[in-house]
Amino acid sequence: MKGETQKAYDYLRHDKKFPHVWCPGCGNGIVMGSLIRAISKLELSKDEVVLVSGIGCAGRITAYVDFSTVHTTHGRALTFATGIKLANPDVKVIVVMGDGDATAIGGNHLIHAARRNVDLTAIIVNNNIYGMTGGQFSPTTPYGLKATTAPHGHVEHAFNISRLVETAGGAFVARGSIYHVNLLDQLYKKAIAKKGFAVVETMSSCPTHFNKLNLMGGPVDSMNWLKSHAVPAEKASSLAEEEVRGKFRIGVLADRDIPDYQTEYEQVRLRAREANGYVLDPKEISKLLESYQCY
Amino acid sequence: MIDRYEIRLSGTGGQGVVLAGIILAEAAGRWREGQYVAQTVSYGPQVRGGMSSAEVVVSSSEIDYPRPISLDLLVPFTQAAATEGVPLLKPKGLVLMDPELVHHSTGWVAEIPLTQLARESTGRIQMINVVALGAMSVLTPVIDPESLKAALDERAPKKARESFHKAALAGQEAALKIRDRIFFEEGAGHED
Amino acid sequence: MPLNEKAPATRLMQGNEASAEGALAAGVRFYAGYPITPSSEIAEVLAYRLPAFDGTFIQMEDEIASMGAIIGASLAGAKAMTATSGPGFSLMQENIGYACMAEVPCVVVNVMRVGPSTGMPTAPAQGDVQQARWGTHGDHPIIVLSPWSVRECFDLTVRSVNLAEKYRTPVILLMDEVVGHMRENVVLPDPASIPIVNRVTPTVPPEWYIPYEDNPSGVPAMSHFGAGYRHHVTGLHHDVRGFPTLREDEVEDLNKRLFRKISDNLRDIQQVEAYALDDAEIVVVAYGSVARSAKRAVVEARAAGRKVGLLRLITLWPFCRRALERVFPQAKVLVVPEMNRGQMSREVKRVNQGRAEVRTVNRTVGRLIRPDEIMAVF
Repeated sequence: MKGETQKAYDYLRHDKKFPHVWCPGCGNGIVMGSLIRAISKLELSKDEVVLVSGIGCAGRITAYVDFSTVHTTHGRALTFATGIKLANPDVKVIVVMGDGDATAIGGNHLIHAARRNVDLTAIIVNNNIYGMTGGQFSPTTPYGLKATTAPHGHVEHAFNISRLVETAGGAFVARGSIYHVNLLDQLYKKAIAKKGFAVVETMSSCPTHFNKLNLMGGPVDSMNWLKSHAVPAEKASSLAEEEVRGKFRIGVLADRDIPDYQTEYEQVRLRAREANGYVLDPKEISKLLESYQCY
Repeated sequence: MIDRYEIRLSGTGGQGVVLAGIILAEAAGRWREGQYVAQTVSYGPQVRGGMSSAEVVVSSSEIDYPRPISLDLLVPFTQAAATEGVPLLKPKGLVLMDPELVHHSTGWVAEIPLTQLARESTGRIQMINVVALGAMSVLTPVIDPESLKAALDERAPKKARESFHKAALAGQEAALKIRDRIFFEEGAGHED
Repeated sequence: MPLNEKAPATRLMQGNEASAEGALAAGVRFYAGYPITPSSEIAEVLAYRLPAFDGTFIQMEDEIASMGAIIGASLAGAKAMTATSGPGFSLMQENIGYACMAEVPCVVVNVMRVGPSTGMPTAPAQGDVQQARWGTHGDHPIIVLSPWSVRECFDLTVRSVNLAEKYRTPVILLMDEVVGHMRENVVLPDPASIPIVNRVTPTVPPEWYIPYEDNPSGVPAMSHFGAGYRHHVTGLHHDVRGFPTLREDEVEDLNKRLFRKISDNLRDIQQVEAYALDDAEIVVVAYGSVARSAKRAVVEARAAGRKVGLLRLITLWPFCRRALERVFPQAKVLVVPEMNRGQMSREVKRVNQGRAEVRTVNRTVGRLIRPDEIMAVF
């Protein structure tokens, strides 16, 4: 083994009983490869990375890579990660979740983690379905398509995960796909390097369930679909509405410099140590209220 | 030795009943030696009716049951509080009341114009709770003017400290004037 | 009576405040919680105090998140705690199970109020005794303590943290609204005199570290994230290395060890207090604030010449079977007063096996049981 392959191998666990649980054609292996390359390019040591995952196919990633890893309860990965990061700010905390994990059962945690802006990186692998439990619809299953719990067609509308997070807050939002691997490496690298809550929605596929139920063909067909439906974010703004309908933007969608929770909380610690605590300056109140945007 | 001296202050929200309960408990338990206190707040249906009450049990030995069993002293700030509290009194239990707020004439009663004294001493009728505490520092064996002063010093907001002391003093003076008329034997009011 | 010269040492505090102070004294440096009556004062005190200790207070979006966050913080090396009441405690159950399975030390304070559902938020109850034992899915032991006074809220919070650290398990402190909101004058112990237990961390080199390896104590050494001992933590059944397994022998080893580390240490974990039990023919078995009513009832019955005693349970789970067994030779009647419909009396009856007559006093009307209500069944 040489080069990238050797590097990927070095980051895998060797005391773990492989093979992994993922189906042939699954996008999770590509996600794992991209993640390892991003971490390796950032020259993070294995000891300083904590990888946290939820429940679902994507959640199994934590067993395979040689970091400190936590496989949490369904939907709660971000809450565990919040505790880890705040108790030990020296570690890099990366969270891997599926679409159901992050936006259905964990949807509340997702928007609050974004609002709170804790210094975490969240990778949301979006394959539009629950894979591990056998093809039930998720919050990103498109309207009208089939799932094992929508055998007569899905009548709910899908979340736009990136938009949801962008609106909720947070420092960095990006979208990539398992087809655009070089871009994915870059996005993961940027997200991990970013101070604050950073999300990379990763468009993936589930040939086993989603494709089978929705007559989408095999893994190669999924790749072709991702290829033909992705629009680079920088290009999207110059395109007409009908040209982007049914497609998804990829690239960095939001990059904001706002102090992360830990930085803000240092202020709280300073104030708590002062004898009189925090005293509001009456003159400052109207200025502070301006940060409350509700128009 | 004091074995379970039980006090209830009750009235409507805003009359400072809970704060008075806390100051009373601090004067008895923090600023006097050798006394145990347990202070509870009454919740229940009366909260919805706007009634609030604070109960304080004081004893020289450790307190088991922390709520009052039968009251030695009832301080009602409303008629409803008096009506509900009087049946809970010991046979020789004392009612400390403002005739302007409460009409009650049976049993042992200490009538003190709390509202009027609050108005005269501080200009604020909201201080009736502190006037009542001042009166209690004379009428109960579990606190005294000194321990009350220490508790008030700590609890009163800096700017209001002086009026707290004035209100307490007004209560004490008024209680001293009438105490002979209500005390008929040693320990009355705290021993059956 | 003289003015108390030592006054500042004597403090008037609520049980909730004392619990928060106990957490600080025990070394808790991470608190995550969600506001709920009647436990919110614990969060408020720690929001104010923890940051000055370089600790972290965080208000999460719900109780599920709070429980997740304290598990995460504990995995990163912090002593961690949350506090809640009935409805929030129900939401925490899944992650409490996770902490049992992954052996993550943490403390959950539940200030009990009347349920089911929203019930009576400001009124006391003891309705979560069985939920504390069996609230999660699956089988596992659990440690549950219950204080009866403000001072004991402090002491048992310290003890909860210590037991959690010692046995790598969640510990549940079941308070009730009466002890949580009651104010008493207390003198808190000198911090230097408080015994502090820290989890055992690995001493072997990282490459030798086997995260869930059995040893005589049944409690494996625990490494913190970032300390150089990379390992995997999961709620799945796992082998000694922490990786998911379905192998029957590995699953059974894990199950047995999880139980053994508690059941081998009952003497250390179980605490009761006996009052006037020596010749008691009527024994009241009580816990929490109701034990104070029971004590009064016993005092008054003794004054009337009755042979009555009190066995107060401080450890609720694992159930103090041995302590109860000791009263049987002479106890003719067991009285179990509870602010629930008979949750602990089930356990008493189970151990009793028909030897004594068991009488129950049950009130779920949101009021502390009065001494006379207990005396009525003597």
